[in-house]
Amino acid sequence: MMRQGRPTNPGEAGKDTLTTFSGHRGLDHEEPLLFEQNADGRCGVDLPTPATMANRLGALARTGTIGLPGLSEPQVVRHFVRLSRKNYAIDSGLYPLGSCTMKHNPRLNEKLARLPGFADLHPLQPISTVQGALELINTLAHWLRVLTGMPAVAMSPKAGAHGELCGLMAIRAALDARGEKRNRVLAPESAHGTNPATAAMCGFSVDPIPADARGRVDLAALKAKLGPDVAAIMVTNPNTCGLFENDIVEMAKAIHDVGGYFYCDGANFNALVGRVRPGDLGIDAMHINLHKTFSTPHGGGGPGAGPVVFSQALAPYAPLPFVVDKGTGFDLIELGADAGDATPFGRMTAFHGQMGMFVRALSYMLSHGGDGLRQVAQDAVLNANYVLASLSGDMSAPFPGPCMHECLFDDSFLKDTGVTTLDFAKAMIDEGYHPMTIYFPLVVHGAMLIEPTETESKEALDQLISVLRNLAQAAKAGDLARFTQAPHFAPRNRLDETRAARTPVLRWRAQE
Amino acid sequence: MRYLPLTQTDRAAMLRTIGVAGIDDLFIDVPQTARRSEPLDLPPHQGEIEVERMLRAMASKNLAACDAPFFCGAGAYRHHIPATVDHLIQRSEFLTSYTPYQPEISQGTLQYLFEFQTQVAMLSGMDIANASMYDGATACAEAVLMANRATKRRKAILSGGLHPHYRAVTETTSHFAGGIVQAMAAAPDGVEDLVNMIDDDTACIVVQTPDFFGHLRDLRPLAEAAHARGALLVAVTTETLALGATLPPGEMGADIFVGEGQSLGVGLNFGGPYLGLFAARSALQRQMPGRLCGETVDAQGRRGYVLTLSAREQHIRREKATSNICTNSGLCCLAFTIHVALLGEAGFTQLALLNHQAAIVLAQALTGIPGVTCLNKSFFNEFTLRLPKPAAPVVEALALLGILGGVPVSRLIPDDPGLANLLLVAANETNTDQDRIAFVHGLREVLS
Repeated sequence: MMRQGRPTNPGEAGKDTLTTFSGHRGLDHEEPLLFEQNADGRCGVDLPTPATMANRLGALARTGTIGLPGLSEPQVVRHFVRLSRKNYAIDSGLYPLGSCTMKHNPRLNEKLARLPGFADLHPLQPISTVQGALELINTLAHWLRVLTGMPAVAMSPKAGAHGELCGLMAIRAALDARGEKRNRVLAPESAHGTNPATAAMCGFSVDPIPADARGRVDLAALKAKLGPDVAAIMVTNPNTCGLFENDIVEMAKAIHDVGGYFYCDGANFNALVGRVRPGDLGIDAMHINLHKTFSTPHGGGGPGAGPVVFSQALAPYAPLPFVVDKGTGFDLIELGADAGDATPFGRMTAFHGQMGMFVRALSYMLSHGGDGLRQVAQDAVLNANYVLASLSGDMSAPFPGPCMHECLFDDSFLKDTGVTTLDFAKAMIDEGYHPMTIYFPLVVHGAMLIEPTETESKEALDQLISVLRNLAQAAKAGDLARFTQAPHFAPRNRLDETRAARTPVLRWRAQE
Repeated sequence: MRYLPLTQTDRAAMLRTIGVAGIDDLFIDVPQTARRSEPLDLPPHQGEIEVERMLRAMASKNLAACDAPFFCGAGAYRHHIPATVDHLIQRSEFLTSYTPYQPEISQGTLQYLFEFQTQVAMLSGMDIANASMYDGATACAEAVLMANRATKRRKAILSGGLHPHYRAVTETTSHFAGGIVQAMAAAPDGVEDLVNMIDDDTACIVVQTPDFFGHLRDLRPLAEAAHARGALLVAVTTETLALGATLPPGEMGADIFVGEGQSLGVGLNFGGPYLGLFAARSALQRQMPGRLCGETVDAQGRRGYVLTLSAREQHIRREKATSNICTNSGLCCLAFTIHVALLGEAGFTQLALLNHQAAIVLAQALTGIPGVTCLNKSFFNEFTLRLPKPAAPVVEALALLGILGGVPVSRLIPDDPGLANLLLVAANETNTDQDRIAFVHGLREVLS
């Protein structure tokens, strides 16, 4: 998920000698931009001819052209099919991105999300006409409460970082209700970048907590930083090194003792689902990435969904809107005046949240059931430990196992080889794999974070292990060509990120 | 369980390789008090048939827009989505890929993001656009934060024609970020004095067109007044199709444009996922939130695309980032890009015109009902009716007749008796003559 922003200069990497007349390379087609395929008068839809009538646009009718290209339907289809073939995807290969939980995305979920009774509903239809939709949201909320052992859940946040913002806003609102101005949030150095960025968006200053030699929060350092100005701690558990924070109950007690709140980044909930309830750990708020733990597709970067579970202390401040089960039917509380005893801190989004993601996540949960979800966590943890154990002789693990759902390596096994973590990752591309997360977390040098997920077979893991073992051995043997020029066999060689940032070209423009 | 490949034999062999006796030994770091040996109180796993039956039962309790004469808008718009769109976005390589952080094997996603950014810039008349936000409302809130950064001021003035949810999200976000928001009273007639609100502390004014009540707003005098005081103009649209028929915000002097892209390719989805559009003048590019895709070359000099200017973003800048946003609306961008590609210049402008004309015809028919008047001098595909009685029960009564007849203003702006009788009505290209006739007859019956 995270990658340190290291501009790469492609240099001499990957110069292939054989070229073709067309520029295509077998199944890999060079595809021009849509805008370069324009022909005036061509269109990919057939619409009725508009009538002749006076408009009601006042003096604000568009006068100029937009500049959109005209393409027929078959051209559009071919364009996007060709583009699709330039992408790696979980459906085509193992996707070991640590912290991202790239698991199988069941197609049943896609089918059900497209039922007109969910997909073709307007968010502001009369409540009497959307009872099934509210029932679905309420059912998903129930599953999330049971799985986390938390009493309340806000469903509207649109992604993990949006959930973090929701959680910190609730904390700020609770502090305001107590009449306290606390401005400091503590977050481990290993935290996702979204944690400090979110705290800053909420007006908090961020105070980093160092990691200890075991890759966990340094409890003594944490306690030393606690004081009456600390609003909250934000801790990812399992943490971004793939380790369970085994002092977590003590951390919760320590922050509560000084009157602060415990925010847990739930990005890694896949390791715990069905086996450990965050509510038993003393957590006050935690977001759940439905697009990670509950398999809604990542879609090339979104959309996600980030519901937030709350403890009793924060529940009253959860944002609008929310669903209530009246016994005789469901109601949707959209206005503060209708919230009863609750005191919502405000609104996070237009309408009610990521309904399309809710349907997919509930379909996934119902398919697995309580028993299957527990097996998910166990298999995810087993797969990661299997990779860790199998590679510990060839790659270097900074912290001993067991790990949780992902395993972390550093670059000390590449010392003096001339191969960097980035080179190693790019060499994986030539071997047919998406690289693991690299240069994150920041607390180890040249990090490589591997999250296999539970939907990989032992055979698939054995293949990955043999490839990584072979690459590690090749690096140590000085076979630099496989690394510094990689990838050779991708639709593109290394791209010049420095040039992209120095002279940004962010859109196509017609040649003058 | 059909999604889990490991067999018991595999599990046993893997535990032996790891060197532990059982799975519990891998959870050894979990405090004893939090280890659950008992299963949770949830039903067991089920096959596709059972899961589909349960969710179909829920879906069948809803009245889908396709099964009713449908005239709702208020920030979410129904349009026909060509079959090609949904087919293409379900390509595995798009659906099941991650954020394109490894550009060599993500050129498909990166190229369509570059195309998306270009389409949004063209439609809005702005220089550049980002690779999307969560939705229009969060994009609006981020625009205000961006204006605060760019002007080093912290006051935003929100038009009374701004969608109430956009207003609420912006107020919530700004409140916690330390900004000041002055929201004008609801302006059902589309008339308000924003110019005199602007002072030397104003970072931006936020104006929606077509506004919440459907009026088209001329942004030019507002841009001029804002710029004269060193403030920015943030233009908002909740119905992007309107840009096919109306003057784009960039041509009217907007500095930042935000919009809801849902009406193209994405669908209603009961409110989400949607697609936040975000565009700006080039001078502001390093203040933009969210991902940006840029053109570059690879080692062989071939054109390619990468995520760029990431020194703005949370994974590099952490607490100094322009926003905390990480996930965007990737697949919704793709749906938008495909739909707009199919429409092209001719189709986009024609579809916009058809929607506008459908609304003109509908407004004429509805205002023929005694006691029903239209507040709008100008509109695109949505307008505000004043009914002779409160609109909320009227809409409920129409639903009993199987008609989804618009959105009562009071659902979003309660406690204002002056707005209780107002009904927002939207038309679109899928409405048939029979739909319109059913609506007119239904409303006449309910009002009588």
